[in-house]
Amino acid sequence: MNVLEVSGLSKHFPIVAGILRREIGRVRAADDVNFVIEKGKTLALVGESGCGKTTVARCILRALRPTAGAIRFAPDDERMIDLAPLSRSALRPLRRHIQLIFQDPYASLNPRMMVGDIIAEPLVVTGVPGPEREARVRELLDLVGLPAVARLRFPHAFSGGQRQRIGIARALALNPRLIVADEPVSALDVSVQAQIINLLLDLQDRLGLSMLFVAHDLGVVRHVSDRVAVMYVGRIVEVAPTTELYATPLHPYTRALLAAVPKADPEARDAITAPRGEVADPANPPPGCAFNPRCPFVIDRCRQDRPELVEVAPGHLSACFRATELMA
Amino acid sequence: MADTMVETTRPIVSVRDLAVEFRQHTGIVRALEAVSLDLHPGRVLGVVGESGCGKSVTARAMLRILDRNGSITAGRVTLDPGTAAEQDLTALEPEGAQIRSVRGGRIGLIFQEPMAALSMQYTVGNQLMEAIRVHRDPGKAKARERAISLLNEVGIPRPETRIDAYPFQLSGGLRQRVGIALALAAEPDVLIADEPTTALDVTTQAQILALLRRLQRDKQIALMLITHDMGVIAQMADDVAVMYLGRIVEFAPVRELFKHPQHPYTRALLRSVPNLDATPRQRLATIGGAVPQPGSRPVGCPFHPRCPEAIPGRCDTMVPAPVPPGAAGASCFLVEDAAA
Repeated sequence: MNVLEVSGLSKHFPIVAGILRREIGRVRAADDVNFVIEKGKTLALVGESGCGKTTVARCILRALRPTAGAIRFAPDDERMIDLAPLSRSALRPLRRHIQLIFQDPYASLNPRMMVGDIIAEPLVVTGVPGPEREARVRELLDLVGLPAVARLRFPHAFSGGQRQRIGIARALALNPRLIVADEPVSALDVSVQAQIINLLLDLQDRLGLSMLFVAHDLGVVRHVSDRVAVMYVGRIVEVAPTTELYATPLHPYTRALLAAVPKADPEARDAITAPRGEVADPANPPPGCAFNPRCPFVIDRCRQDRPELVEVAPGHLSACFRATELMA
Repeated sequence: MADTMVETTRPIVSVRDLAVEFRQHTGIVRALEAVSLDLHPGRVLGVVGESGCGKSVTARAMLRILDRNGSITAGRVTLDPGTAAEQDLTALEPEGAQIRSVRGGRIGLIFQEPMAALSMQYTVGNQLMEAIRVHRDPGKAKARERAISLLNEVGIPRPETRIDAYPFQLSGGLRQRVGIALALAAEPDVLIADEPTTALDVTTQAQILALLRRLQRDKQIALMLITHDMGVIAQMADDVAVMYLGRIVEFAPVRELFKHPQHPYTRALLRSVPNLDATPRQRLATIGGAVPQPGSRPVGCPFHPRCPEAIPGRCDTMVPAPVPPGAAGASCFLVEDAAA
C-alpha cells in the first residue's frame, strides 16, 4: 500500500513588479509532479539547486500551500487524506505523522535547550505525561545510538554526527508514518555520513518507516533508496527502481548527473564529464524540454514540445522523446 | 602523467615541519604539526581530510593569511628552494609588500566561495584589470584586452560583455570561473585551490574540475587542491596527502594510495565513500566515533581512539614519526613495523 500519493502537484511563485505589484511572470518551482511512496520504502528526490525538490518537500509538509494538485497521505492503514486543500486547523492532528530531518544539525537544534528537552518537545506538545516522556526519551536515545546521559547535555557538547542523531530521535518521537529527510548527511564528514546512512537504514528496517530522501547528487542515494525520482527545473524527468536507474538511465539529464559524480577511482580518470551550459532559469525555462539546450541527444521536436513522464519499461518512467533509444 | 614521484624536478614550493597554533579562550589549540610537503611544477598535490584536519590551515599558513589568533610556531615555507631567489615566506612581514607580491602574484588562490575573493561593488573587469596591473602593469587598454582573454580562457561565454557585469549578476558557476580568472591574472606558477567546487552543483563541479585540469596542464602550474572528497582526489591529483587532526598521516602517488592505502585512517576513509555500484540498502563501512574537538587532542597517535588496529601502550602514548617529505609513506607504527 502507498503512504503518500502525489499527483499533479504544482507550486508557482508569482514574480511581481511596480507599485501595484502586478504579476509579470511566474516561477514554476514545481510543475505537475507525480510520485508515490510505498509503506516502508524510500523514494529519493534528486536534483541540483533550484530544481524544485525542496519546494516539493515543503508542500508535502504543508509548509507551503500548493498551487494545484493532490497530496494524498495515509496517516494509518484505513484513511487516505488529501493534505493539499486542508486548513491549518485541519492539518494539526495530521502533522505528527509526517516528520522532518533537517540538513544542518548545527542550526536545527535550539542551543539553549537540553537534548532531553529537545527530543521531548513533540511529546509535550501532544500531551504525553511526564514520567512516560522520560522513558520515551531514553528509548529514543538508545534507538539512535546515544547514551542516556546525553539528555542532560546541551547541543554544543556534541559533534555534527551526534547532533544529527539527536535530530533523528526528535523526528521519531511521535512514531511518524513518513519521514522527510532534507539532505540529512550533506553537511557531515564522509566517515560520519556513513554512520548516519546506516542508522537510517536500520531504523527503517526496525520501525517500518516510509521516507522521502531529498538529495542533490546521486552519491549516497544509491545506498538509501528503493526508488529514485530525478527533478530538473520543476519537473520530474525520470523515476525508476534504484538499481535500474543507475544501470539504465533513460533520461539524458540523469546520465549527465551520473557522469558528473567524480568517481573515487584514479584508474577511471577523465571519465568525469559535464553537460554544457547551465541549469535553466525556472522563471524563464526554454520552450519544449527544459534540458534541450544542454542535451547531447536533442532533436527539433525537443525545442517545441514538452515530453510527458511516461512508462518506458515496467516501473521505469522517463520524460524524454528518445527514451526508448537510450535503452538500446 | 607520471605515476611515480618526479624526483628530478625541483619543487617550486617546499614546506618543512610547519606547525600552527591558535589562541582561544579555552587555551592554545595545536592546529598543525610537523607538516612537510612539496609542490612541483606541472603536478597536482591533492590534500584531503575531514573537518578540522588542518588542510585549509596549511594553505592559509603558507600564504600568511591565518586569522589573527593564529601563529606559525615552527617550520619553513620556501618559495624557489635551492635557487638564488629562494625566500622563506614564514620570515616575511604578514602584511608586508613582499608577501603581498607573492600572494596573488607567484601564488594564486582560489576559494570555496568565489564571493570571498570578489567585491560586489566593482565590475568583473575592474577587479581583473586591477589584479593584472598590480603585478605587471601593461597599461589600461592592454589590461582590458588581457582581462577579456582571461575570461575567455576560463570558458565564460561572451566575455566582451560579461567583463562589465557585477559578480552578483553571475551564476555560482560563472562566479567561480571569474574567481579562477582572478587567480590567474598575474600568471602565477602556483595555484592553491581550497575546496573550489564544494559550494557548486554536481554538473557545475564537473565543469570547473575539467577547467582546472586543462589550465593546470597547459600552463604547467603547480596546483595544491584541497578537498574533503575522495572522488575529486581520484580524478584530479597526481600525489595525495591525507591529513588528520593537523598531521599528514599518509602521502602517496594517487594510484598507489587508492590501490594500497597504508594508514588505517586512509583505508577506512576510502571504504566509507558512497559507491555508485552499491546494491540497494547496502550498509556503508564506517569509522567509529567522530573527529575529536581540536581542543581535546588525544595523546599519542591522533587517530588511535578510532583506530581498530591501535596497539595499546604504544599508539596511545607515542606519536609516530611524520611522513618524510617527497617519499610515499604513512605516519603509523603498524606501517613502521611492517617495513622493519
